[in-house]
Amino acid sequence: MTFSPQLEARLEKLLRSYPEGRQRAALIPMLMYAQDEAGYISKELAQEVARRCGVTTLQVDEVVGYYTMLRARPMGRTHLQICTNISCLLVGGDKLWEQACHKLGIGHNEVTPDGAISLEEVECIGACSWAPALQTNFDFHHKVTPEKLDQLIDALRKVN
Amino acid sequence: MSDLVKFTLDGRELQAAPGTLVIDAAKKAGIEIPAFCYYEGLSLQAACRMCLVEVKGAPKLLAACTLPVAENMVIETESPTVVDARKFTLEFLLTNHPLDCPVCDKGGECELQDMVFRYGAGESRFTEIKHHVDEKQWSPVVFFDAPRCILCYRCVRICDEGMGVKALGVTNRGAYSEITPNMGSHLECDECGACIDICPVGALTSGIYRYQTRPWEMDHVGTICTHCGDGCKTTLGVRNNEIIRGNNRDRSGINGEFLCIKGRYAFDFINHPDRLQSPLMRVNGKLEEVSWSKALVAVAQKFSEIKAASGKIGIIGSNRTSNEENFYLRKFAQAIGTPHLDHRRTGDIATLLDALSGRADALATAEDLYTAQSVLVVGADLAQQHPFLAFQMRANWRHHQSRTFVVTQGPVREDAFATRNLRAEPGQEIDAVTTLADDLKSSGDLIVVFGDSIRGDSLRKLVSFIASLGVPAKYICLLDYSNSRGAFDMGLIPGDGGMSAPEMLAASDLDALWVVGANPLADAALASQNAFVVVQDLFLTETAQRADIVLPAASAYEKTGTVTNTCGQVQRLSKALNVMGAKPDLDIFHLIARGMRLDLGPAQPDKIFSEIRATVKGYDIPLPVIATGGAALTNPVNGNVPHAAASAALVRGSRDTLFTSGTLGRYSPILSKVMEAPGGLYRK
Repeated sequence: MTFSPQLEARLEKLLRSYPEGRQRAALIPMLMYAQDEAGYISKELAQEVARRCGVTTLQVDEVVGYYTMLRARPMGRTHLQICTNISCLLVGGDKLWEQACHKLGIGHNEVTPDGAISLEEVECIGACSWAPALQTNFDFHHKVTPEKLDQLIDALRKVN
Repeated sequence: MSDLVKFTLDGRELQAAPGTLVIDAAKKAGIEIPAFCYYEGLSLQAACRMCLVEVKGAPKLLAACTLPVAENMVIETESPTVVDARKFTLEFLLTNHPLDCPVCDKGGECELQDMVFRYGAGESRFTEIKHHVDEKQWSPVVFFDAPRCILCYRCVRICDEGMGVKALGVTNRGAYSEITPNMGSHLECDECGACIDICPVGALTSGIYRYQTRPWEMDHVGTICTHCGDGCKTTLGVRNNEIIRGNNRDRSGINGEFLCIKGRYAFDFINHPDRLQSPLMRVNGKLEEVSWSKALVAVAQKFSEIKAASGKIGIIGSNRTSNEENFYLRKFAQAIGTPHLDHRRTGDIATLLDALSGRADALATAEDLYTAQSVLVVGADLAQQHPFLAFQMRANWRHHQSRTFVVTQGPVREDAFATRNLRAEPGQEIDAVTTLADDLKSSGDLIVVFGDSIRGDSLRKLVSFIASLGVPAKYICLLDYSNSRGAFDMGLIPGDGGMSAPEMLAASDLDALWVVGANPLADAALASQNAFVVVQDLFLTETAQRADIVLPAASAYEKTGTVTNTCGQVQRLSKALNVMGAKPDLDIFHLIARGMRLDLGPAQPDKIFSEIRATVKGYDIPLPVIATGGAALTNPVNGNVPHAAASAALVRGSRDTLFTSGTLGRYSPILSKVMEAPGGLYRK
């Protein structure tokens, strides 16, 4: 499996940041960087990362299965994550979630048929002060209202 | 050593070495702190929360499995708070655990069941529907029932740390966590079944044992595995004259609970449809079933005739028969005056004993492999051929950071933790070994483990090289099959002017060939066309097909006696069952002797063993040790054999792997069913 030169350099540096014999410590950051480029952690990617970190593919699968931010199957080009944890819930986060499901016609961890947008109901994303909050890929959206969400989804559909 | 730590446990003033875990200290004092995830010898997990104890001054209950004792610590292991906590833990563990105990294999010997019984957590406040996942089959040996799993990680750790295989993991999280095999849908591993036996509940079950019986309906017979030379004790679960399972959960014997696929499952050759259950005699060129009396009379008559005519009788003994049988066979050979006696020698123990010239404490036991500071492996793939010795070495490295040096032809599993590993072609290992001199000198006491390519002169070179290092060294000469060592010690070796096994096969004037539990014609031809061939075996092997008379023999699981493992440790066989029609080789020898009017003395194993202790050098071992199921180490002296007769050139290992076992392996359905079997993943 080949990566872009930038990612390759990044992964190299990552492996060198841990003492000799502790290369497995690079596993989680390596998976995250690789996922950013590849979109998801395919079997092939898992094997490659396992090889680099000196662990078994099964050990990579354990980590991927445990952490929800690591995904073993492709998501949409935009991954929309809506928080329904306590702070957001109190100010309508659950309504936003239902609205998004309805508008996109998909549910938790599902992707629209055109592969443009995927949806995930997440626990706290650390933006309680600006609840209700949601995230599109790595961008945060604060104090979201139903209207804002509507506009956001329409805009995403155009971009993708 | 630093001073002992004083602490109070359930009102008792106790002491323990610093660093001792509370759970271990309690166990030593006879107090059981229940635990599912804690397992002696494996890394700590602290996952199950069963071992919570109350420590005075601590705000919350603490896990005894990860808590070291401290000075003046006051611990309560069964206080009302603790009992309550355990009850709640059990309630949680039972949230998704199906209550199918009446049909579960583990019912009756289940740790979860025992604990629920003990703490009375019979009622649950959970009314939700239990999360269910269907049962999966991972291999012919291993089945997994996820809902029963309590996620103690014992299986994951024994596979990773104990076996060095790393075939199991845990994927997903929370209530959806599941043990997952390395290939996603199935397992590719040693198929040893350690994960099944170590499972405290019925989540992992064995393809052979599942739904066969209730555990309390079996008799448990502790005997010695008949497959390789490591001499593991296997406890056979026997019901209605049938072996239902093999394991060693009482951790008795030299191997503790270690067993490989052969010790745990490959007892199934016992009732293979091809098993011989009646003597066969060649009538008009074809082997036909005859009665025992007819067959025995024919053998005795023919042997008597040949003896009277001073003909040549060749005898090839077995690597699997007991010491008593081998001793008796040698007496038989002497009584009929034939020096043509041999067996297939799988390692050059003769030269080793000669080179050590009686040096006491020069032979290492399997236990020594666990305690030695360093181990040198020369010319052997231990994980494949001697899985128990490999397990001991791995445990030694894990627990004591021992140093391991490996000199082998190709990559071996021990490379993973070896301090240094070198590659050398068979026969050229010694040159590579000498380059390790500095490492070996600085690594403390040493055990040298060597395979069949180290023999004769190269073995002498190895011994003198090791002696020149000036470190205390012990040896293990690797021998294949369960009693290769015993066959040699009892003297199944050519006498004065006697022919070796290959010479017997090649002699055109051989009058009779008597083969006991061996298959020399698998890869050689018998030159003498007119030789009268008698074969004692379990199956119609290539050799038996050439026989004039075939006598069905009992396996090691069907008789008593003793066997000597590759380290020279003597252990006792216990009889687990009878197989109709087959007789122990000793009985067969005795009946033939009677037919020939030979007086060879009593033919009871115990009486013969007394004779062995009195006459075979090195075998004057303490009887109570073996009588109580222990292993007694023989002295490193040449038992019964003139060294000159045991030519090093004839030494030839079995080349068995984890999934083969000489001629027995092919009659074990389970060994041929697993996909890793030779031709599958593991090649010779």
